[in-house]
Amino acid sequence: MSNILEIRDLQVRYGGIEAVKGISFDVPEGEIVTLIGANGAGKSSTLRAISGLVKPASGSISFKGEDITGKDANEIVSRGVILVPEGRRIFPDLTVLENLKIGAYLRKDDITEDLNWVYDLFPRLKERSWQAGGTLSGGEQQMLAVGRALMSRPKVIMMDEPSLGLAPIIVKGIFDIIKEINKQGVTVLLIEQNANMALKTAHHGYVLETGRVTLTGTGEELLSNEAVKAAYLGT
Amino acid sequence: MIQKQKNIKGTVGAMIGILFVFAIVVFLENLSAMFTNVPAILQPTSQLFTVLKKGAVYSLVAVSMNLLNGFTGLFSLGQAGFMLLGAYTYAIFTVPMAAKDQVYYLYGGSAVKFSLVDLFQSFMGTGAASLICAVLAGLILAGIVAALFAALIGLPVLRLKSDYLAIATLGFAEILRAIFQWQTLGPVTNGANMIKSFPTFSDFNIKNADGVVTLRLSTLVPFVVVAICITLIVLLINSSYGRAFKAIRDDEIAAEAMGVSLFKHKMMSFITSSFFAGVGGALFAMYVSNAQAKVFTSAMTYEILLIVVIGGIGSISGSVIGTFLYVACSEWWLRFLDAETYIGAFKVPLLRSGFRMVVFSVVIMIIVLFFSRGIMGDKELSFKGIGGLLSKCKKKKTTEGEEGTA
Repeated sequence: MSNILEIRDLQVRYGGIEAVKGISFDVPEGEIVTLIGANGAGKSSTLRAISGLVKPASGSISFKGEDITGKDANEIVSRGVILVPEGRRIFPDLTVLENLKIGAYLRKDDITEDLNWVYDLFPRLKERSWQAGGTLSGGEQQMLAVGRALMSRPKVIMMDEPSLGLAPIIVKGIFDIIKEINKQGVTVLLIEQNANMALKTAHHGYVLETGRVTLTGTGEELLSNEAVKAAYLGT
Repeated sequence: MIQKQKNIKGTVGAMIGILFVFAIVVFLENLSAMFTNVPAILQPTSQLFTVLKKGAVYSLVAVSMNLLNGFTGLFSLGQAGFMLLGAYTYAIFTVPMAAKDQVYYLYGGSAVKFSLVDLFQSFMGTGAASLICAVLAGLILAGIVAALFAALIGLPVLRLKSDYLAIATLGFAEILRAIFQWQTLGPVTNGANMIKSFPTFSDFNIKNADGVVTLRLSTLVPFVVVAICITLIVLLINSSYGRAFKAIRDDEIAAEAMGVSLFKHKMMSFITSSFFAGVGGALFAMYVSNAQAKVFTSAMTYEILLIVVIGGIGSISGSVIGTFLYVACSEWWLRFLDAETYIGAFKVPLLRSGFRMVVFSVVIMIIVLFFSRGIMGDKELSFKGIGGLLSKCKKKKTTEGEEGTA
């Protein structure tokens, strides 16, 4: 299987602070890959650099063999890499439908099919399509954030802490959806604090510590790894 | 499908509403010609028509500011500067050649050896058509010049956030005001003196051969121009670009993550807003019959900002309603407070010159305290909305009545 994303020696700096200190990892096409690690390990910064929201200080990011390092966010989105930002960040004053349409903003073709696809995945959104985004519950907002990203018809969807602040039952629902999206051919790059859930879902996992990759393996391998258990799973 | 039908219904409704307003304006202004004993309020010199004209002009500027502040979330205070650019552009290019020497007598004539009025008269004759074309071309040119300047200063300024953007645009407007009064530019801007003698609203009144006005259209003209401009702004806001503006307002980072180019869209909103502020400035010059840099102060921008806040940030109809209320209060309804009044031999206390502004400030404070989101919030005026409000009032009355009987 080929790698859809290849990250080499990626460094991200905010002013003088080095958030990501040269990490390398691969995302194979059609898989779910997760980055786990404590707060401040550099997970979010990595995703922000891939999506073009921050410019990396050095290193390279390639998508399907093409270099996309330092490209603008709209260019990267139009190629098919999209970020579901941390904390959902839906547009509170726009309706659910308008939120979804913004997701398809760069597309010029017909979006009806994708709208139906998202509504099939999240029937709740269809019921509330005329409601303002800000009036949805936390779980519904997370569905909207995922649905909005799917409207761009991505090859890779990157999710930053989709379980943040949600009840366990809803978290389970979100992870079911992640698996479902993956089954339909979308590669998923997932960041999670909820390491247990993330490693159970993912094919591959990377452990980040203070800006470096310290461990790598399949989901099951990491789940049974003693160091991971002690640090992230609390067992 | 259903939504589309609703939209068509709404559009038709809005168009009928606008035409109705046009008809009323023409009717009111010509009442004094049709009947002999009309009350003073309907005389052509009445405050009513001042308020209507100024209200129309200001509502365009308020809506253009709302596009930027309310729909794109960019807090800019440069509106008076762009109005100044529009007013001067219009004035400089539409003063007829014959009047130039007299207007620019201090500088021995104008450096601009060209006038849109003469240009159109040279191949269209001196009729109404050439006047309309010259004024239209002047207004569009005014907008384009304002938009060009917006594009220039937008490059560095739009990278700034919130307060810093406000300070930078405010500074830009103040600098412009100083430059336009600079003596060295006199042959173009007439220095600190006003430019006048260009076509104004009253030139559109239709006169017969003896020079007697037969049909007054001076109030209709600003209404028509402003209605067209506001319609264009509404179309922009309802397009997918407008949706991107609102997304940027709601959450910049999320909008960028969805592939909305922040700079491109901010620039588009800034340039569009400035274009219409420029047209508004040109209309303002037509309204006061002169162009003078010293009136386009930051106080004017605050006035418009106040209107936007009172009307409701993010509501076009709110801005329009807010404008007419504000202009009517400041120009007309509260005027009596400035006059010393006697009831019999009793002198009413407090009423003296300047007291109007005190009361006005209190009214504004009350509005800000009790309508913290403005008159309209971010909703728009619609027939459905009015109907809903009426039926609510009715219901309230009936329930109150029932309580009374029980």
